[in-house]
This record gives sequence, structure tokens and C-alpha cells, in this order.
Amino acid sequence: MEVYLDNSATTKCYDEVKAIVGKVMCEDYGNPSSMHQKGIDAEHYIKDSKEKLAKILKVNQKELFFTSGGTECDNLALIGTARANMRRGKHLITSSIEHPAILNTMQYLEEEEGFSVTYLPVDENGKISLDELKKALREDTILVSIMYVNNEIGSVQPIEEAIHIVKGYNRNILFHSDAVQGFGKYRIYPKRMGIDLLSVSSHKIHGPKGMGVLYVNEKVKIKPIMFGGEQQKNVRSGTENVPGIAGLGVASERIYSSLDENVIRMRELKKQLIEGILTIENTRIHGLTGEDSAPHIISAGFAGIRSEVLLHTLEEKGIYVSSGSACASNHPAISGVLRGIGTPVEYLESTLRFSLSEFTTKEEIDYTLETLYNCIPMLRKYTRH
Amino acid sequence: MGGLVWFAKKRTGLDCLRKERGKTMKFHSFLIKYGEIGIKGKNRYLFEDALVRQMRYALKDVDGEFNVHKAQGRVYVDAEGEYDYEETVESLKRVFGIVGICPVVRLEDQGFEQLKKDVEAYVAEVYPDKNKTFKVEARRERKSYPLNSMEINCELGGVILDAFPEMKVDVHHPDIRLNVEIRKEIYLYSEIIPGAGGMPVGTNGKAMLLLSGGIDSPVAGYMIAKRGVGLEATYFHAPPYTSERAKEKVVDLAKLVAKYSGPIKLHVVNFTDIQLYIYEKCPHEELTIIMRRYMMKIAEHFAKQNNCLGLITGESIGQVASQTMQSLAATNDVCTLPVYRPVIGFDKQEIVDVALKIDTYETSILPFEDCCTIFVAKHPVTKPNLERIIKSEQKLEEKIDELYQQAIDTTEVIMCR
Repeated sequence: MEVYLDNSATTKCYDEVKAIVGKVMCEDYGNPSSMHQKGIDAEHYIKDSKEKLAKILKVNQKELFFTSGGTECDNLALIGTARANMRRGKHLITSSIEHPAILNTMQYLEEEEGFSVTYLPVDENGKISLDELKKALREDTILVSIMYVNNEIGSVQPIEEAIHIVKGYNRNILFHSDAVQGFGKYRIYPKRMGIDLLSVSSHKIHGPKGMGVLYVNEKVKIKPIMFGGEQQKNVRSGTENVPGIAGLGVASERIYSSLDENVIRMRELKKQLIEGILTIENTRIHGLTGEDSAPHIISAGFAGIRSEVLLHTLEEKGIYVSSGSACASNHPAISGVLRGIGTPVEYLESTLRFSLSEFTTKEEIDYTLETLYNCIPMLRKYTRH
Repeated sequence: MGGLVWFAKKRTGLDCLRKERGKTMKFHSFLIKYGEIGIKGKNRYLFEDALVRQMRYALKDVDGEFNVHKAQGRVYVDAEGEYDYEETVESLKRVFGIVGICPVVRLEDQGFEQLKKDVEAYVAEVYPDKNKTFKVEARRERKSYPLNSMEINCELGGVILDAFPEMKVDVHHPDIRLNVEIRKEIYLYSEIIPGAGGMPVGTNGKAMLLLSGGIDSPVAGYMIAKRGVGLEATYFHAPPYTSERAKEKVVDLAKLVAKYSGPIKLHVVNFTDIQLYIYEKCPHEELTIIMRRYMMKIAEHFAKQNNCLGLITGESIGQVASQTMQSLAATNDVCTLPVYRPVIGFDKQEIVDVALKIDTYETSILPFEDCCTIFVAKHPVTKPNLERIIKSEQKLEEKIDELYQQAIDTTEVIMCR
């Protein structure tokens, strides 16, 4: 049995996404900037996709920019707005548990371009403290970037409250949110919530890789970070990835067409997996587990077993998961997410992340739990002490 | 009656109430204020029915279930269950004939004591700033209600004064008119969101818009539609001199105007051969005028065929050579239907302002050639003499009828909605 429980890393493409990507690659392969019919045909896919995304996000089509993925969205959002607005100030705020695409970009802006960055700590559930946010705001703050859903432990940030605080302090401060793990799981309406920039990735929602879309409110000043043929209003040069764009549109439309049912199912499976894991001795679920956490991410610690070992053991049985602590950040002020939420030391190196999708079944969860029950006692026997 | 003219008021606390949705109170309905329809006599029902029809059409794609209905000389939109408040308001704001949209809180009648509490909660939520004057206006549809209107006014006014000492009563010019309608349920409303005004589309026949890719013609179409006129449109396509993208841009523009006017039947006429023939036979400085005369003729042909009662152009006096008084007279000469030019007295900036308001501007300024600009002479005539133009046109006699017929026969029809 093959059980793929690493859907926060990437997902399987929908069949209809595969079909449209193939069709665009082989039949409607024109350059959307070409003046002839082939070009116009290609451009239609972009228009279509924009229309779908604009409807889902309830924004204007002209506020959407296609990129090569979540990382580029984050880079463009942060660097592009920081540079365009630096005359108003050079202070940026983010959380300490962001994805490396944010943290490392912030670090670059700090070290190479003279911005100062405040990293907000999080509580034991992986949520930023709104009081800390209030305290961090300064006269020269120009941008706040807070992720929608954390990719490691699935904590959902209090985005609306944060926006309320930020905009209440100074409505010119821009608010960016990395919604790579939130899009396709929540109905997100950035324009209405007051989010000025929103990053979305395609391959987390059963779309093609190398594809993302950045929402930029029409009032936001942003500078390009890549230079070239001035496509996409010169915000993001480079021939549009038409197959990817078409795929992203189709994937978004499908995932939102049955969102509610799928989220309910994922929550049931998540509950089953959590309850099953907690029957094993010396295990721990990091962060919140109920409706106030993401429906698809479970971060579980198994004391006494190194995550890598358990990961490969599960792999032998056909179960694919991630190790839970990506302490990738090399910023001294920031610890990894698990450390950030105050995880007891015995779980730091012993955590796995299970992430579900709409394709995950009850049988797969049963099988995963059974496998855990069988191999954990055995692995624990051979632990280094 | 339902047709008072209300002044555009700043939206005070609506946003906050919407955010609190589900907590205590929520808007379930919208009372629609309409202007001129109210003063119509026996035809009034025609106008109201058209308004209801247009509102239903506008709400077709909005998330939620809506019941649009007439009741006691008013029009209501009832939202059944969850719905998208912003989209509902945005869509209704595009319906001509609506002067004001009042979001209504609908309450079950649980006795007057409960109503007092609800009214207090309503004021607390909708008006964060209490430094205002108010007046309660009660109306009883259900005459069996234990209190009469005056008593309700006094009692509820008292409740508000007790709860919010900063608020004061002003019966003549209040900041807030709190309407309390006792029907089967109780309706509470006080805010009016300004609507588009005008008359419901479909109450004044149909007209044919000459739609180019420019800024002016979509605005002209919008303005005539605002008076209740349904639209069809004609676009002159000149491949390979104008690109497929230029045609798409016109389709996009028609769709944008259709958000206000309802579906637009767009006739795309292939004009290349006629244009080339004129270019070949006639003096170049008269080219634009002669060309425009043929455009009017063709547009009028489709207008008559589709029961349109007039033509609409985006012409404005003196804007370009073909829009001087003399040129307008020369082009007007070929038409038997009236030609409506709603932006005739507008400066360019005034037209741009409307285009921005109705969101056609950005599409209009996309840089594609349209058929009027390709064969333009260096110095086109600005004061054409009609007799000379007619004389020049005689040079076309040999083939023009055949080309004209061919253009009509090959016209493509696109429904834009």
C-alpha cells in the first residue's frame, strides 16, 4: 500500500490539470505576447485563469501576477514593496515561524539593503502574540508579513486581528500574507480582509509545480525584482508560463468547488490520526489540533526515536511523510518553529509531519496507525541513551 | 411614496456590522428606493416589473439565494441564509432605476420589550460614533400591533436616549432616520447606500451603439442605458489592418457595459473591403467622413433589423476632425433613425471620469489600432461640404452596393454578457 502523507510538501496533480497542461504545451503553445492567433489563443488561457482566481479571491483581475511559485511570490512581495516604499521608512515586521522564503528574504533586506526587521515570537500554539505586534509597530514601519497557515505545525495566524492592529496604527503600512498552506483550505478574500499582498502556490493544491500567483492590491506600490520584456505590467517580466497558469486556474477552481466537504473529511481523518498517535506512550501533538488549526497538517513527536529513522521506517512500508523540524533558519535570533513554540527537548529531533489531502482515505490512516503501532516499540528498543 | 430622493450619505457603521455577522445582528434584506418610477401613473407596474427583472439578473451570479419581490409599493431583496453582502450591494449598485439601497435587519416579533433591546443593539452596532441626532419613524403594516406608530416612535426614542445620552432627537433634520416597520416580521433600517439612478433597462426600448475600442463610445452606451434603454452594438473590424486583439478588446468593453445594461448583442462587421474601396476611389481627405457615413448606414441597417429605435455614438463636438459640427451634419445625413450623442457636450476629461467610474477606462486605453485610425489622411477635411461628399460618393457606385451587402451578410454576432 502506498500512502502519501506529505501533501504540505507537494501534491499529486489533478487529472484535468494534467490534461490542460499537456494541451497547452503541445497544441496551444503560442507566446501570449505574439500578435498572431496562436498568441491570442495562448492569452485566452491566461485570461481564463485570472478570471477564475479573481472570482475565488474576490479581487480584480488586474491585481493578480503570475510567478514561478510561492518563493518568488514572497520575494517579489517583500523586496518589491520594501524598495518601492523605503522613502516612508525602513522597518519591516514578520513572525519568527515564517517559511524560509520569507525569513531569508527578510535577512537579505536586513543585511544587504539596510532595512531593520522585527521577528515576532509565537506562543506555545505557534500563534503570534498581538501584543508583541502592537509593541513592534514603529513610525518607520512600512510592511508587515504574517503567514496564513504555518507549514510545519499547521497553526492558523490571527490575520484579521493583526490587520486591525496594523491598519489602526497606520493605514499606510502594507500587510503581506504567505498563504501557500492556507489557499485551497480556507476561503481567503484578501481585499476584504485588508491584506495588501497574498502569496499563493500552485503545487500545494494539486496544480503544476513552478507556478504561483501573487495578489497585489491596486493601490500598492511595487517594484519589479526581475527585468526583461515587461510582461504583466512590468511587475513580473518573462514570458508567462501558460501551461502552468492554465493548470493553476483549473486546480483552484476544482479545489474550491468542493472545499467544504473536503475540509470536513480531512478534519475527521486528522482527528483519527491524532487520537491514534496519542494512544502510543510518550508522544505529543504540537500546536492546536481542533477547528482552530489547519485541517491538513499534523505535527507529532515520538520521544526517543529520531525523526529520520522513523521516516525511513515508514517509507519501507510505503508511507511518505516529512521530518517535522526544518530548523533551516540560520538567523541567530530565530529558532526553528518547534523550538519557537517551546517544544520539550526530547521531541525536537523526533517529530514527523503528516499532511493530508482530499485524496487521503480512512484506510490509509488505519494502515499508517497500524504501522506506527508495530514499529515504534521495536525502534524504541534500540535508542541511544 | 417609495420614491423619495435621498442624499448620498457616508457609510457610517455598516462595515462594522457586517464584520460582526452572525454575532448579534445581520442584514437579511434590502429595501430598494427607486426614484422616477414612483411618479409614473398607470404604467408604474411596468417600470417596477422591469426593475425586479433587472435586479434578479444582476444577482444571478452573486453567492447566495435571493428573493426579489414587490410588496406594498416597494421592492425588497430578501437573502435566504448565507450570502455575500458586498457582492450583493455592488451588484445592486449597477442596476439602473435604483436610487438607494437600504440594508435591513429583519427581526422576528417577540414582543415590544424584545424590540426595545434589539433597537438598542442595532444603534450600538451601526453607529460607533454616538454624537448624532436621530428620529424614529415607525410604520405599521400590521395594524393589530398593540402600539400605534406614534407610541412606537416615542417609546423607542426614549430607549435610545436612555441608552446613549450623547444622542439627541431632531425630528426635522436628523442625522439618522431609524425606520421601524411592523410587518409580519419587524424591519429595522437607517442607512441608505446610493444607487445608480436612472430607469430600469427595458422600459425604454432598445438602441444601437456604434462601439469602437475607444473611451467615448462605452460611456455613451452606459449613459443611454441609464435611461432604461436596452443596447445592441456594432463594431467595425478591418482585418488585417486591425488585429484580433482589437476585436477582443471591444468584446471586453461590451461585457463591461453589459454589467449595467444587461446582455449586449454585438454585431461585428468586416469593413475592410469597403474601406479599401473608398480609399481607392475617393479623395483621401474625405475618407474618414465617407467611411463614417457607411458605418452609420450599416449600423442603422442592423438597428432596424433588430427593432432598435435609435443610434448611439460617442461623438463630442470638435474632439477630432470627424466630430466638428459640419462633419456631424455630414454623417448624420445618411440616417433616418435619430442619432443620440450623450457625450456631445462633454470635455474629454469628463468622459474619462465616467469611464473610470464604470471601469471601462483601463480596457479602452489598451493600445490597438481601430479602423478609424488606419487610413487617416494627414489633413482630413474639418468642414466637409455635404454636396461635395455626395459627389465623391458617386465614384463608388460601381461596386459599393455589392460590398455593402457582403459586409452585412458576413457580419458575426457575439452575445456579450
